[in-house]
Amino acid sequence: MSFVGLGRDEEQRMLKEIGVARFEDLLAAIPQEVLLEHPPRIPGPLSEIELRRLLGRWARENHAAELVSFQGGGIYDHWIPAAVDALASRSEFVTAYTPYQPEVAQGTLTAIFEFQSMMAELTGCDVANASMYDGATATVEAALLARRQTGRKRVVVAGMVHPHVLAVLRTYLDPDEVSHVGDTAGLAVPADVKAALGPDSACVIYQQPNFFGLVEDPPALHAIAHEAGALAIAVCDPIALALLEPPGRTGADIVVGEAQSLGSPMSFGGPLLGYFAAKQSLLRGLPGRLVAETVDRQGRRGFVLTLQTREQHIRREKATSNICTNQGLMALRATIHMGLLGRLGLREVAELCVQKSHHAARLAAGIPGYALAHEAPFFREFVLRCPVEARRVVEAGLEFGVSPGINLGRFRPEWKDLLLVAVTELRDAGEIDRWAQTLHRAGGAR
Amino acid sequence: MIMPRRLLIEQGGAGHRGPALPACDVPQRPLAELLPGVVLRAELVFPQVSEPEVVRHFTELSTLNHHVDRGFYPLGSCTMKYNPKIDEELAGLAGFAKAHPLAGDDATQGCLRAMAEVQRLLAEITGFAAVTTQPAAGAHGEMTGLLMMRAYHRSRGEGERRRRVIVPDSAHGTNPASVSLVGYETVVIPSGPDATVDLDALAKALDDRTAAVMLTVPNTVGLFEPRVLEVTRMAHAAGAQCYMDGANLNALVGRVRPGDLGFDVMHINVHKTFSTPHGGGGPGAGPVAVAKHLEPFLPTPVAVLQQDGRVRLDWERPQSIGRVHSFNGNFSILLRALAYMLTLGPEGLAEVSRVAILNANYLMRRLAKSYDLPNPQACMHEFVLSGRGLKKYGVRTLDVAKRLLDFGVHAPTVYFPLIVEEALMIEPTETETFDRLDHFATAMERIAVEAAEDAELLHQAPHTTPVGRLDEARASREPRLRWSIP
Ligand SMILES: Cc1ncc(COP(=O)(O)O)c(C=O)c1O
Repeated sequence: MSFVGLGRDEEQRMLKEIGVARFEDLLAAIPQEVLLEHPPRIPGPLSEIELRRLLGRWARENHAAELVSFQGGGIYDHWIPAAVDALASRSEFVTAYTPYQPEVAQGTLTAIFEFQSMMAELTGCDVANASMYDGATATVEAALLARRQTGRKRVVVAGMVHPHVLAVLRTYLDPDEVSHVGDTAGLAVPADVKAALGPDSACVIYQQPNFFGLVEDPPALHAIAHEAGALAIAVCDPIALALLEPPGRTGADIVVGEAQSLGSPMSFGGPLLGYFAAKQSLLRGLPGRLVAETVDRQGRRGFVLTLQTREQHIRREKATSNICTNQGLMALRATIHMGLLGRLGLREVAELCVQKSHHAARLAAGIPGYALAHEAPFFREFVLRCPVEARRVVEAGLEFGVSPGINLGRFRPEWKDLLLVAVTELRDAGEIDRWAQTLHRAGGAR
Repeated sequence: MIMPRRLLIEQGGAGHRGPALPACDVPQRPLAELLPGVVLRAELVFPQVSEPEVVRHFTELSTLNHHVDRGFYPLGSCTMKYNPKIDEELAGLAGFAKAHPLAGDDATQGCLRAMAEVQRLLAEITGFAAVTTQPAAGAHGEMTGLLMMRAYHRSRGEGERRRRVIVPDSAHGTNPASVSLVGYETVVIPSGPDATVDLDALAKALDDRTAAVMLTVPNTVGLFEPRVLEVTRMAHAAGAQCYMDGANLNALVGRVRPGDLGFDVMHINVHKTFSTPHGGGGPGAGPVAVAKHLEPFLPTPVAVLQQDGRVRLDWERPQSIGRVHSFNGNFSILLRALAYMLTLGPEGLAEVSRVAILNANYLMRRLAKSYDLPNPQACMHEFVLSGRGLKKYGVRTLDVAKRLLDFGVHAPTVYFPLIVEEALMIEPTETETFDRLDHFATAMERIAVEAAEDAELLHQAPHTTPVGRLDEARASREPRLRWSIP
């Protein structure tokens, strides 16, 4: 089965028009010795019925669907309104290519324009692009833009930026050019960051809320970066931005991040949605696609890809980035999601996250042996110090049907007793109680 | 009279709102108490629109798109084939969609099994030793592959000296852009008169500073490199690595394994060859396959099938280039590709390339009667025409592309590759039927006649689309990149 519809006589007519007797005659340029005698040994063919059975079995092996999730750490279990799936699964969106012919791609282009508008507003920036692969690569692109802009090399990472983001920065850049200034009590300390900055510093990168869920002090970090002649780069969660003062308004030059929380499923960590927003003055250095409003010959409003001379297909080795295919459909999901929730809904989601996570934290603090690891204000996520290894708490969750959080021991051995817990608007009081019971049980089993 | 189309921000307003959230069912405290000292945002200027109107908005937008489910989409280099519906269904199964990437290996065996299976099948199909599924797209894969080669050269003490990558002038723009991203320098070599690699030019460019030769096979003109074995042999003799841009794997799948051509690394655009949908620009996935000697450099983690039948993520890879993605790459896209490979099976794979090649050659021979065909050799899965013959009527390739839209088909890729003047790059794919090809060919033939008889008709095209030709110069002069608040 290869989704081909071709009759024998049709094939004969084609061969005749081509002017060859056999299909194999078309392969003359391929050296004989590399032509396979048998196709590769892969399983299949499977019918839909068999395929559904096989992948259905694997899907069930994940115990994901039945567990109530308190996991975060960059990927969150947020509400996705039914209309997001219904609209974003329309094949008019799903099976279209990049909008290279704008006259027949106004659907995609208009949606991207709306996405850019919403992300610029959320982040407090002037402009936003059409998407990046994920939060980590968006952060790398921000660092690269800062390096081009300042002509300096060093990238200073302040405090608890997600370990995976830091790892990806170190993969793309020379690890010696990435300085990480650690946290104190979970937060970036402006004075420490200042001490790490020098004449070779291109940017300061911090995360808001940070990896531990704590709220950083953006204006202080922006000021310190600017004093040193570096750019300030904020890596932000978009749900938090519905509530917190947007960093673009207090001096961040670039705001990037992961927007999976806007309407995309967790899906084992992909596809995700990187976003990239910046000051107007950085516009011509932006990576990725941009959509602009214009008019057609009759003066009707329309949208087109623009400023493409930044991009790889025109500028080649001098392009601002190598990105081509991006995460368009996830950006569409985010646009629909934000459109449905609107100003009020987004703010309510953010406030519910605050209320519910703080409620859970209060419950946990009352369970013998557990304590909040940090005192600073947190948004949706917090770190618990457990009386046992966090790994044990995660295992205990199975009995109560919950995934109680992320064992931070998987990142650093000295974090083995730390559990990172996220509580979104989806969790109700009963689920939070079950989560607390899990902690009890795991803690008591010492 | 139809209602004018408006942006979301121009609709609704105070008193309008979308689906409701539940009331808070836990004890509440004032925000100022929970977030002491935290500055909250004063305002968020966002749409407030009711759910029915949001649904209408996006439904109407959707009707403005051309898409594969509606009609022919012969965008060269993009492999716009049919995207099976079952793949969408399976990728959305709750067991996958709700899996968290940090849940731990025991809780996500189903995902890991799928990842390991994708790695195994892609390695088998491409003839390489190992595969990483982390890169999110082809360009991301290019960068990942180049980093692995760089790590390999460094491990041999040649990292400082070998910093050049040879790329033919027919290459896709992402190739040189990726080369720059890893701090290497692109050395462009001109293609020979038959649009394939000029071995003399290659020999001249190759030296002990060459890190890699980057080649697209078949190349962007749709031709199989007849001397590819010679190219990879020469590169290796000079101590360089060979990278294959696998965007055009649809021509080879089931028939030729790039690993057998002497390449050391390649990326695969699963959103092309393995039928995952393009989503209006993404997401795709760009897994990278490598030969044995590059395996130690794969990004971490790698899914490894153990003796006991369980799959675990392997992090202990001291020579790894590190992570290239926040988590596991575009996992649900890879699930779709897996479903597709399993649907095809071995014979189905070979049928894909067979019919893709047949369809392209048929169209090429037909259209060569009305358009210039700069490279008359048999093509693989795509071919490139030139619109230069129409210049005498004042008609350009762009006009042909726009006029095609009036016939309900998408335009080919235009003005790429750069080595063909007024290029029209046409890739029908295997899922188009004889009748569809015929309709497209007839439209193209008619446009060639129109060019001679009524150039103005073409200059004004398209005539039947939701909007006419858009003013791109105006768009870029003072770009309006976000809505204004009404
Ligand atoms: C020949 C070629 N190479 C590389 C790419 C880049 O792949 P992607 O868009 O997935 O990044 C493409 C497609 O866009 C291509 O056609």
